[in-house]
Amino acid sequence: MEFLQSIDWLQLLRCFVVGGGICIIGQILIDKTKLTPARILVVFVTVGAILGGLGIYKYIIDFAGCGATVPLTGFGANLAKGAIEAVKDQGLLGAFIGGVKAAAGGIAAAVFFGYLASLIAKPKIKKQ
Amino acid sequence: MSENPLENPQKYNEYVDKKSPNSPILKNCFNAFWVGGLICSIGQIIFDFCKYKGLEQQSSNTVVAIVLIGIAAFLTGLNIFNKIGKFAGAGSLIPITGFANSIVSPAIEYKSEGYVMGVGGKMFTVAGPVLVYGISASVIIGIIATLFA
Amino acid sequence: MNKLGKQTIKFDSPPTITEVASIVGPKESEGPLAKYFDKCLDDEFWGEKTWEKAESKIIKETVNMAIAKSNISSSEIDFCFAGDLLNQCISSSFGLRDINIPFFGVFGACSTFVESMCLGSVFIDAGAAKNILCSTSSHFCSAEKQFRFPLELGNQRPPTSQWTVTGSGAAVLSKDGNGPFITHITPGKIVDMGIKDANNMGAAMAPAAFDTLITHFEDTGRKPSYYDVILTGDLGYIGKDIVKDLCKTKGYNISGNYNDCGVLIFDKSTQDTHSGGSGCGCIATVFSGYIYKQLQEKKINKVLLVATGALTNSTSSQQGESIPRNSTCHSNRKLSTNIKNIF
Repeated sequence: MEFLQSIDWLQLLRCFVVGGGICIIGQILIDKTKLTPARILVVFVTVGAILGGLGIYKYIIDFAGCGATVPLTGFGANLAKGAIEAVKDQGLLGAFIGGVKAAAGGIAAAVFFGYLASLIAKPKIKKQ
Repeated sequence: MSENPLENPQKYNEYVDKKSPNSPILKNCFNAFWVGGLICSIGQIIFDFCKYKGLEQQSSNTVVAIVLIGIAAFLTGLNIFNKIGKFAGAGSLIPITGFANSIVSPAIEYKSEGYVMGVGGKMFTVAGPVLVYGISASVIIGIIATLFA
Repeated sequence: MNKLGKQTIKFDSPPTITEVASIVGPKESEGPLAKYFDKCLDDEFWGEKTWEKAESKIIKETVNMAIAKSNISSSEIDFCFAGDLLNQCISSSFGLRDINIPFFGVFGACSTFVESMCLGSVFIDAGAAKNILCSTSSHFCSAEKQFRFPLELGNQRPPTSQWTVTGSGAAVLSKDGNGPFITHITPGKIVDMGIKDANNMGAAMAPAAFDTLITHFEDTGRKPSYYDVILTGDLGYIGKDIVKDLCKTKGYNISGNYNDCGVLIFDKSTQDTHSGGSGCGCIATVFSGYIYKQLQEKKINKVLLVATGALTNSTSSQQGESIPRNSTCHSNRKLSTNIKNIF
């Protein structure tokens, strides 16, 4: 259990608070603006990409770790960061390659697991 | 009631707002906070474990995303994720789990329309816009970065 | 048949509602009206592979049940009027494809049942038909899938949202009979007060219900107290409250005998249905189940049904259109009825 001892609990706390805080912003948007879930996700990913592009989001990641990378703003920031880094190596071509490449794991996983789930699961009614 | 709320649509909208119960926003925010924080913390532990095993930062982040997406897909298939979502609202929507749920749920729902146009075609009905805006934003940012390079 | 006032039709020889039938889904079976329905399902699929097929089966079986109970053979039924919420009314057309009765497809959203009865009554009083079948259905799952989100999506339903009733109601109307009779109908206008929130249907529909209700009172010269029960279709708790309020502005107090099918069909506190039930199946099952039996037992004699429908689709709401309510349907319905004593 050497791994458990290596966990930085303070880091985990910062992650919890920042991640939860970002979700509170989303919840306020849901309850106050009547935006649909798809629109809220779009807002978060776009804001994340802009903050990432401006170089601001990486400070939040440095502070909160997964508290910043797991919310969809982190997904957007990751896309932007990928594009900017690829541009350094490949110029304009990188603008088109870098973003998706950085997010490829998440996108492919969502598509693959979605397909897999559709093979196995059957639609069910919400009971509540 | 002395006034007639049907005088014009604006008045009626204001009247309806008064008549309609509000969402319990404090309770919702509290639930969103702790569930969202918990999901991020699970991600953090996975991340720490990857680092502990010697993976570099970017790869560790990708592993976190894949594992959380896998868990969310699994829970969606078991008809559990929608219960979490009802309880937590943005707490399960905003983390990458919400993105996964928004891809997996139409995939399951539209299975009845076939595997090509149903599952394949409808998979992105909710999450498609996220990719369109996220990827477009990244390309624009990349182009801007090229100009400054 | 002649016209009264602005938009009410009075029948010379009022058609009788000879028989009704209702089938509901599992959630409705746990609600307060469960014992009044003819059949309660314990599975939303009812052995079918998809929600849409299940809904077709529900309407088909409901219609068969109504015909069987009426002792009228299906060859003696001249026309049928039916509709539902799915695009191009597929539940009704697939559900009724085997019954061999000339078919009119009707769309009035949630007011379809009452609209069908209005049209059927006009056919009968005009002498064009002896027996008419009216039916509608809705299904929570197929409606969510078409109008909102996949069922597995983890979203929150706001407190103003309503729960689409899974179920179907069918009625056989006849020229000859001893009642309950449909004596007047008041088709309503399309009323749009600019509500755009698709999660607040009751508020969007209430002005249409109010408009038709007041017109009905003015056209017939009746007071709300004339009726034992005034029943709206699926305005839910919010819409019901608004209609009561609006009626007061015109000097009509309906709070004594007014209720709403969306309020009646579920138990809000234990079933988590937020603002109440909705959908074509709501007034169809509540009327065919609960109200018709009360009329038969003469516990109530005069009923005014006011059904409303949200005339919207998923494209129009994405285009930022508001939700006009149809009052056409709304309206009225009917019935003033009396059972067996009034001719």
